[in-house]
Amino acid sequence: MADQPFPIAGSLDVTPPRVREQMTVGEWLHAWVVTVDHKRLGILYIVYAIFFLLVAGAEALAVRIQLARPDNHFLTADVYDRMFTMHGTTMVFLVGMPILFGFGNYLVPIMIGARDMAFPRLNAFSFWLTAFGGLLLYYSFIGGYGLYGMGNAPDVMWLAYAPLTEKAFSPGHTMDYWALSLILSGFGTLGTAINIIATALSMRCRGMTLFRMPLFVWLMLVTSALTLITITPLTAAQIMLVIDRYLGGHFFDTQAGGSAMIWLHFFWIFGHPEVYVLVLPAFGMANEIIPVFSRKAIFGYPAMAAASIGIAFVSTGVWAHHMFTVGMTSVGNTFFVLSTMVVGIPTGIKIFNWLATLWGGKIQFRPPMLFCLAFLFQFLIAGLTGIMLSVAPWNWQLHNSYFVIAHFHYVLVGAIVFCIFAGIYYWYPKAIGRMLDETLAKWHFWLFLIGFHVTFDTMHFAGFLGMPRSIYTYEADRGWGTLNMIVSIGGFIQAIAVLIFAYNLIHSYFRGRIAGNDPWDAWTLEWSTPSPPPVYNFATDPVVHSRRPLWDLKHPEDPDWKYE
Amino acid sequence: MSAIPTFPTAEPWSLPSRGRVAMLSLIIGESAIFTIFVVAYIYYIGKSISGPTPQQVLDIPFFNTVCLLSSSVTIWLSERQIERGNIKAFAALWALTMALGIEFIVGTALEWHKLIYVDGLTIHTNLFGTTFYSLVGLHATHVVVGLLMLTVVMIFTLTGHINIRHTERVQVLALYWHFVDAVWVVVFTVVYIVGR
Repeated sequence: MADQPFPIAGSLDVTPPRVREQMTVGEWLHAWVVTVDHKRLGILYIVYAIFFLLVAGAEALAVRIQLARPDNHFLTADVYDRMFTMHGTTMVFLVGMPILFGFGNYLVPIMIGARDMAFPRLNAFSFWLTAFGGLLLYYSFIGGYGLYGMGNAPDVMWLAYAPLTEKAFSPGHTMDYWALSLILSGFGTLGTAINIIATALSMRCRGMTLFRMPLFVWLMLVTSALTLITITPLTAAQIMLVIDRYLGGHFFDTQAGGSAMIWLHFFWIFGHPEVYVLVLPAFGMANEIIPVFSRKAIFGYPAMAAASIGIAFVSTGVWAHHMFTVGMTSVGNTFFVLSTMVVGIPTGIKIFNWLATLWGGKIQFRPPMLFCLAFLFQFLIAGLTGIMLSVAPWNWQLHNSYFVIAHFHYVLVGAIVFCIFAGIYYWYPKAIGRMLDETLAKWHFWLFLIGFHVTFDTMHFAGFLGMPRSIYTYEADRGWGTLNMIVSIGGFIQAIAVLIFAYNLIHSYFRGRIAGNDPWDAWTLEWSTPSPPPVYNFATDPVVHSRRPLWDLKHPEDPDWKYE
Repeated sequence: MSAIPTFPTAEPWSLPSRGRVAMLSLIIGESAIFTIFVVAYIYYIGKSISGPTPQQVLDIPFFNTVCLLSSSVTIWLSERQIERGNIKAFAALWALTMALGIEFIVGTALEWHKLIYVDGLTIHTNLFGTTFYSLVGLHATHVVVGLLMLTVVMIFTLTGHINIRHTERVQVLALYWHFVDAVWVVVFTVVYIVGR
């Protein structure tokens, strides 16, 4: 860093952090409920998602205990179905989406030098819609049987293939709660996506041209644009399901000429791009963290932005690769095999750019960087098994086997969850003002890494040996017993790691080292504000001249804008 | 502090309107919802296993269509009036737009009344009923929401709260109305021409 006081007096905000007034608990809660501040809403999203992460993790553990031994009866078959359905639905809709949009909420305005989102009240409305959707889904544990008087929950897998979800096959109210909850949280997501697009396009501070925006903002912009055309087909399909269940419609009623296939198409038109909606913000975090801890500017910024748009574009045309085993024409199969393989090109560009950023850098192995490095290797493997599964004949062999489960958990956990952990370690000091404990962080990292590989590497082999997904139990002579025991042990190692992480979040909130404005010596605008930032973010509107405004401030003798 | 960098010359700085960006984003999202319903409608044409069929019961709603499409023209004219600050002309054209929209809803209600009570077609009857009422109903819902928002603007206009400074907000709302009209062109083509 250059030898001068930082931030340079008068150039950026130097307001001291707010003094926390003496409030009663009621006033404090009220302030959080009525808030329209993007930072508070971002934190609410993330806390909400971490809560459901623990819930859905517990559900996964129940599933793993059931499958650890052959002929096991730890859970009844009914409860087992509910557990893995709720695990999947919760992880995708109540953990993945809210946590990533929470990061978007917190970071997008502050990274582009704005004081809030474009529509702060819409922002709060979207959060409470999403939160209410989550509560509605979990209320089905209590209200699922309606007046029958017993608890229940959806038990149709997270993809809820029709006509299993129709009234005739899913009596009671569990599917109603499921559909209504997803419609509601879908509208919440749509509102947030619109808000992020409007913020990124219309709220940028002076000098923040599109090609100077931090890549995280770029990725959130692309994700939100993709969300507009991704989450809405699901909403439409859910409305059809509700029409069928409540008004006696026949959309998915095969008895009256309706089609089960059309649900498959509608669901996967949503379901496949959804993976990219989840993974693109995770890429965005890696884009911010890897350069800072390599002490180099990101390699190939325009290529990164272009590759993100490419991924979003291609991802809308690959959905039927989830349906090879349903039976399609050879033309259909060929199209979806090729379009799926094309995704590998922009993704490969990204991986090479990250490697090139690391290359020759002065790498610092701090907790955020550790998680990002693990992400790089795991995402590569996840991509390679994805290419394997995109080959239709291979897919016919392994679809609906544990190989597929292993593949998508490699993406969702190995890539996305690792990036989310990296993001929390990286931005927690900014949001809270204190550093997370580094020793606990390293325990968390290594245990989670080991647990992850014990679980999901082994799952691939169970899949090769023919173990189908979603089965309640299996006979001892199938030869899957040892593998499943190993998978379950890995699950518990991950659970211990996550508990260490949760403890660290609470412990460091009270005892962590004071972070200061810029603990990582980073380059984007959020690090120029105090930690935590004041409500208005910036006392004076910042002006930027390059992709790394703080580098320019710290190194006036060698600013970036001379080279861009 | 001697080394404060001299920056390149100050560039002019303008950003797109956040209202327009947000409304266009909403329209893209809504288009995806309509696309799914239109695809379902087209997919199920002729797949009903019992009557009545579209040929037997559907009449082409020419007058309704003309009214709804001309409301796009009147709202565009009213946008131009508020740009110039002619609030009276704006209010008159805005009221005309609302009247045309209300006519469309009344027309739809009469059509549905005939279908339900004369032809015995409900959402439960067959696939045609399910897809027809959900697609046309989804569009009618959008018209009703649009009418509610037009009414809010009308109330503000009549109480004297609208002036030239609100041009952009009114135009953003008008974008939504244009979208609703454009969707009708698709729905009309699919339901009354292709599907009949």
